[in-house]
Amino acid sequence: MKWISLIPVVGVGVLLLFAAQDFPEWGDPQSPASQSPVASHFINNTGVDTEVPNMVTAVLADYRGFDTMFETVVVFIAGIAVLAILKGSGGRRRGTRRAYEVEAEPDIIVTHTVRLMVPVIQIFAFYVLAHGHVSPGGGFQGGVVMGASFILVALAWDLDHALVRMSLPRCMAIAAAGIIIYAGIGFLSMFLGGEFLDYAELEKVLPVSREMARYHAMLGVEIGVGFTVTSIMFALYANLSTEGRLKGGL
Amino acid sequence: MGLELFNTFILLLLVVTALAALRVRDLITAAAVLGVYSFLMCLLWAEMGAVDVAFTEATVGAGISTVVLVATIFNLKRKSND
Repeated sequence: MKWISLIPVVGVGVLLLFAAQDFPEWGDPQSPASQSPVASHFINNTGVDTEVPNMVTAVLADYRGFDTMFETVVVFIAGIAVLAILKGSGGRRRGTRRAYEVEAEPDIIVTHTVRLMVPVIQIFAFYVLAHGHVSPGGGFQGGVVMGASFILVALAWDLDHALVRMSLPRCMAIAAAGIIIYAGIGFLSMFLGGEFLDYAELEKVLPVSREMARYHAMLGVEIGVGFTVTSIMFALYANLSTEGRLKGGL
Repeated sequence: MGLELFNTFILLLLVVTALAALRVRDLITAAAVLGVYSFLMCLLWAEMGAVDVAFTEATVGAGISTVVLVATIFNLKRKSND
């Protein structure tokens, strides 16, 4: 049976390779994607409109800020869904010990290495978040790096050790705060006379030009994204690794 | 020429790691091999100049998803049946 299924797989693969020949050369300035007026508009105007050197962040957080806001909401909903499914489902197994659940002291080499690394990781996460519109990075990446530092604590000691620093209710509060920050900046620019997420209107409350207002508002929404992603990543790990019991380590 | 060789090498390694992740019986090993796959993708993207995508792939693809996969596998049987 396995060998029969190989036939369509190989057939489709050959077809895809055949179709890929029509693609333009990599990096070709004459390709349709590079020729479209949208692409050249962003390339020519990003620096003038927003003063942001990293075009990717400008498109992500400003030109299509509405998309990014709901991407953040999707991350939030995913975290809520995992919580809703797993929370309490581990109860039926309580009391019985799994084969890997042995009493063990945290390894001294691992814990000391983690103790040294976690501050560096967290400062790097802040750098990635705050520098996201000047160099590669941004809210999503910074948030994931930040969440990974909490996961590292949970891996090196056990989950209880990490939950003392980042309890689950606090996690969800921070995740919700992230979305409120993002939407709040959107609504603030609406109340100041612009459209939703029209950051340029923030010049009325910030002592800067319209372009720099967009620059700073982008940092604001990236911080919101970072909040949500950090806490959802950690909540995901905490629930998945313990089937929602939130006790013990891996 | 050097860049082309580099690309070909990474693409070949990608195929090898993808097949290895499918063939390996131990699921933890498969998750680790998928992490290697993500890092190769990250290298490829960084080389093409899409540094933002490469960054996301390195943090999310190789970092968090590997950890989440391992965390999930610990709650399952470790050996795959097929």
